Amino acid sequence: MTQAPSLVNRPVYLDNQATTRCDPRVLAAMLPYFSEEYGNPASAEHVMGTIAEKAVENARGQIAALLAVDSREIVLTSGATESNNIAIKGAARHAKAMGEERRRIVTVATEHKCVLESVADLVDEGFEPIVLPVGRDGLLDPDVLRTALTVPTLLVSVMAVNNEIGVIQDIAGIAAIAKEAGALFHSDLAQAVGKIPLDLTRWNVDLASVSGHKLYGPKGVGALFVRRRPRVRLTPLFSGGGQERGLRSGTLPTPLIVGLGEACRLAQAEMAAEAKRIAELRAALLVRLREAMPGLVVNGSAEARIAGNLNLTFPDTTAADMMARVPDLCVSTGSACSSAAIEPSYVLRAIGLSDDAAARTLRVGIGRFTSAADIDYAAAALTAAHAGTESFPPARPMTSP
Amino acid sequence: MHYLDANASEPLRPEARAAVLAAMEITGNPSSVHAAGRAARRLMEDAREALAARFGGEPGDLVFTSGGTEADALAVHALAQGRRLVIGATEHDAIRAAARQASAADPLRPDIVPVHANGVVDLSALADLLANGSPAFVCLMLANNETGTIQPIIKAAALCSAHGALLHVDAVQAAGRIDVDFARLGAHSLAISSHKLGGPSGAGALLLAPELSALTPLIRGGGQERGRRGGTPPVAAIAGFAAAALVALDASPLAGMRDAVERAAVAQGARVIGASAPRLPNTTCLALPGARADTQVIALDLDGIAVSAGAACSSGKVAASHVLAAMGLDSLAGQAIRVSLPWNATYAAIEAFGAAYARMADRLRSSLVSRAA
Repeated sequence: MTQAPSLVNRPVYLDNQATTRCDPRVLAAMLPYFSEEYGNPASAEHVMGTIAEKAVENARGQIAALLAVDSREIVLTSGATESNNIAIKGAARHAKAMGEERRRIVTVATEHKCVLESVADLVDEGFEPIVLPVGRDGLLDPDVLRTALTVPTLLVSVMAVNNEIGVIQDIAGIAAIAKEAGALFHSDLAQAVGKIPLDLTRWNVDLASVSGHKLYGPKGVGALFVRRRPRVRLTPLFSGGGQERGLRSGTLPTPLIVGLGEACRLAQAEMAAEAKRIAELRAALLVRLREAMPGLVVNGSAEARIAGNLNLTFPDTTAADMMARVPDLCVSTGSACSSAAIEPSYVLRAIGLSDDAAARTLRVGIGRFTSAADIDYAAAALTAAHAGTESFPPARPMTSP
Repeated sequence: MHYLDANASEPLRPEARAAVLAAMEITGNPSSVHAAGRAARRLMEDAREALAARFGGEPGDLVFTSGGTEADALAVHALAQGRRLVIGATEHDAIRAAARQASAADPLRPDIVPVHANGVVDLSALADLLANGSPAFVCLMLANNETGTIQPIIKAAALCSAHGALLHVDAVQAAGRIDVDFARLGAHSLAISSHKLGGPSGAGALLLAPELSALTPLIRGGGQERGRRGGTPPVAAIAGFAAAALVALDASPLAGMRDAVERAAVAQGARVIGASAPRLPNTTCLALPGARADTQVIALDLDGIAVSAGAACSSGKVAASHVLAAMGLDSLAGQAIRVSLPWNATYAAIEAFGAAYARMADRLRSSLVSRAA
């Protein structure tokens, strides 16, 4: 067995779909807006306010550029969960208030909890949610969608990249089907932004949600893309000072927004090279794990998948046991939000895994700060844990991320 | 630039900055069970305990939000639940908008509790409103953002409880400046905001009475905050929030400087709005008869002084302040500026303000004279 070198600096972090480390360059961009430029961006009357406002608008432009949209189409929020809530509930409530008669809202079984729960919340308000199945590869069959849309539909919401299995839906194709049926189309891009190229204007997406902390930015900030032409209208989730053109009230957190903007700028500049490097790391990890564990299964499409994600069902050992044996390796059994939950992942169920197989499944998320040494450590640690070695030496070389 | 617009946003306190930076080094998602996740969770739960203890609540009954506006909105939307909405006339737009949205079906609602000329809520009017009508959900702010007026919340809470009404208190401007003890106030919920007490923007909290602790979320999904607020919490902002709250104890040392500001303005013919009421030690609202508020603010900005003509959220708008209108000010309502001293205000800034204010008043007087001539 691999004898790992001594000395642990910190745990090896391979849970980049739960959250990512805030890039030091992002933090550096944020810092001046914490202590020196602390004005409220809504204080348009004095220079402290206008400095903050300029920083917010610059960041808005950076976010818009990464999505290939106009900066006036970006509404800043506290994160993707809030964006998803505003998009889904806001579009439905506005349409209803305008006398719209369509009540159907179509989504997919593997969506993030906040999308499924937002849709479920609308049942009490008279809407009809339809939750479509996906194939074993995790992908939505366009014909299944078309069938659902034979009943006049208000809104279709399909995520671009799944948070557990990393599969990439054909957003351009799905948006086209939704538009053809006259429905609005929303996409949760939390796991996609900065990982795959996005062209929302050309793809005819109406609404899309962005998260800061999934893209090496800070927690507590996100964005919602709201198409201007033709204009998509929403009812705000809550009102107040009227910021963000009334769609999202509350003081804009300037440093967090600057961080999100910088994270988007970096992603745009580095995405292609980064995806290639991460894909190589993932391939190296997979080769070693497959050698050591014949029978290892990768869940979800191998082709339509972001570079950083592996979702692995191990042949013999439960995920909980494996995690307990390698406390210095941060991986997960499913989405972070439901980490504490004991029930099996609904995403894995939706792609046909038995409860037994789901219990033997781990998510591995490789990211910008993952080194080759981290991958070596992870391969050795997972192999040992699978073999039942209780106390794999918690060790890795010191690496600076 | 001398920054005298703390009620729009307080400068970040060094303790909060240190806590934010330390927290930014922790990568984990607080919902993750592994070591990195547990470290983030510990940070967040420590902050929750510190904030609950600091403001007289229970950690389990404190829900983190993205800020004060969301905390107010959550209280109104989740707790009012069919009750009749009753709000003070000088509430922040966060409450006014939420109350309008929540009672959209009834154009006569929400009921508005008037204030006296000094900005203090009329308690006998509140008693009448509570006595006549169905069970109410009352929203009153502890301290006003434009005038600093402190409301008699304990008395209002007693009235509410006598009439079976629930009371939500917006303590966004009060927290960190005057004593705020949720349990002692007798309210059912209380909203606070990080960046108004010297923490970073992007975090706030709603404190709940134990019997109301389970509420329907406004933002759903993921089950965070015991199902009361979905979304990955802003760990670093929350850590900074708690660190700021632990040192933001009392703004009363600022009262002397605030009084100096008022003396300087009054010497130029200004009127202090709501001066007879108990007020925040850092806030004053100064009306200069005949001079438009926006003209004053711009003149002071060009002279290196940052103040505002009202709430920051509505800064860009021209509408006259609903707060001053509720206090019965007519034309003067459009001629008042807000000066709010930050925790790190200096006498040098106060002197600079006095000099700039005098120059401004001089210029405005001479332009009035030349126009008259």
